[in-house]
Amino acid sequence: MSGTDTPTTAPAVTRAEYCVLACAEAWRDAGEVLASPMGTVPMIGARLARLTFAPDLLLTDGEALLMGDVPAVGAPPGVVEGWLPYRQHLALVATGRRHVMMGASQLDRHGNQNISCIGDWRRPTRQLLGVRGAPVNTLNNPTSYWVPRHSPRVFVERVDMVCGVGHDRAAAAGPSATRYHRLPGVITDLGVFDFETPDRVMRLRSLHPGVTVEQVREATGFPLAVPEEVPYTRDPTAEELRLIREEIDPRGLRDREVRA
Amino acid sequence: MSKDKTMTAEEVVGRLRSGMTLGIGGWGSRRKPMALVRALLRSDLTDLTVVSYGGPDVGLLAAAGKIRKLVTAFATLDSVPLEPHFVAARQRGAFELVELDEAMMMWGLTAAVHRLPFMPIRAGIASDVMTVNPSLRTITSPYADREELVAVPALRLDAALVHLNRADAHGNGQYLGPDPYFDDLFCEAADTAYVSCERIVETSDLLKDAGPQTLLLKRAFVDGVVETPNGAHFTSCAPDHDRDEAFQRHYVAAARDPEAWREFTARFLSGDEDAYQAAVAAFHEEEA
Repeated sequence: MSGTDTPTTAPAVTRAEYCVLACAEAWRDAGEVLASPMGTVPMIGARLARLTFAPDLLLTDGEALLMGDVPAVGAPPGVVEGWLPYRQHLALVATGRRHVMMGASQLDRHGNQNISCIGDWRRPTRQLLGVRGAPVNTLNNPTSYWVPRHSPRVFVERVDMVCGVGHDRAAAAGPSATRYHRLPGVITDLGVFDFETPDRVMRLRSLHPGVTVEQVREATGFPLAVPEEVPYTRDPTAEELRLIREEIDPRGLRDREVRA
Repeated sequence: MSKDKTMTAEEVVGRLRSGMTLGIGGWGSRRKPMALVRALLRSDLTDLTVVSYGGPDVGLLAAAGKIRKLVTAFATLDSVPLEPHFVAARQRGAFELVELDEAMMMWGLTAAVHRLPFMPIRAGIASDVMTVNPSLRTITSPYADREELVAVPALRLDAALVHLNRADAHGNGQYLGPDPYFDDLFCEAADTAYVSCERIVETSDLLKDAGPQTLLLKRAFVDGVVETPNGAHFTSCAPDHDRDEAFQRHYVAAARDPEAWREFTARFLSGDEDAYQAAVAAFHEEEA
């Protein structure tokens, strides 16, 4: 643990709060699109983005309503500004006016994601959710990933079932797959990653303060692209911290997803 | 006025046959026609192909060995991410799986409704959905773009089972919650469709407290109407009732242990729907 920028605010910024901030940053320049966060930390991040630097984002209540305000996580919206039942939500994906942040049980260096099952698909050793909307998401709207526990079991050489499409698979499939394919990044409890290398493989973009490059390499099951200079994930401002702690997540649900 | 289509859940099941393709409405653990599913569990029907945005409907039918083939994008209990019986059934190779993307399901049902052989969609290409479903085909756009898209085959159904908040005796079905899910598509994609509901009302009462856009199902696509109060239990049926989270947790715990599941089955699933609802009420009295 060296070179950590000590945050000036007190109490100290937690790892979960850096994760929230990193997730929020994913939607910074998204524009007037639906933010679809999956997971508690991305949900807090999307709400933080909307309350600060990305006010045009659309957010759902997790069911069929678009929220006109930004309630605390778990609270119902006080204002409803729109209706988005599943049939419209699936159709919205095809318009591209959405940036989803999905989870990943497995993710490879090209950004291929698996949430379906572990082992042989015909008779898996561990059945998970199923493909859900990962195939349509990745071919139609920007898709980022959130991994609350960065480990070699998640970041693997090969995923067992490609649900979300990565760069190599999209390129091999041709123009209809690559046309709207965009994987802006991956956020984990250790850092922020992107695919901005010549061969579009996962690259370390920033480390959360307190994390070392070595730690990330050890927790990644494939050779990770690491630039010579790796910055730290930026500190939240005092107002961002206040919003996270007092307005969006007063119950501290973020700490259940990311250990201190 | 059109004919009276009211019937019992047993009469619905009596019209179904082993080997049929059944579409089940709702989504995950939301507004599932659970009373009709429970009636299916009590029947000898088997060898079913089930098309569903999967929840405990899939779990219960899988646990009872009723499913030969499942067409789905997922199975989940929403507040509990993994459906335990679905997981166990997959891990023991209990049925054939057609694993499609959520949007592919929607367009497959839509193709069936429109009596089209397929619908083109930008989903599936480059993913392993194509690998695990080798019969899926792509189609090249006949226009200048020449894009290659997936031709999602029509998901035609022998019968559809859905649960709504209200219906009249003729099969006009009304949802009062936030999401219609795909229940109208399921009914229109099916040769026969059966709707269970919280309450059957007079046609003239349907729009007493709701707008016309709540009338989701048209009677021309409905063959039977069953009044089953709390019939979506333990899934949600807003605004009539929320998901029964305590009972769902009980279901999950039981499903993870064979002995506990035998007890669960004996306690809740060995009698008719009235016995089920009485056992659920007793469960909550004990929990209170």
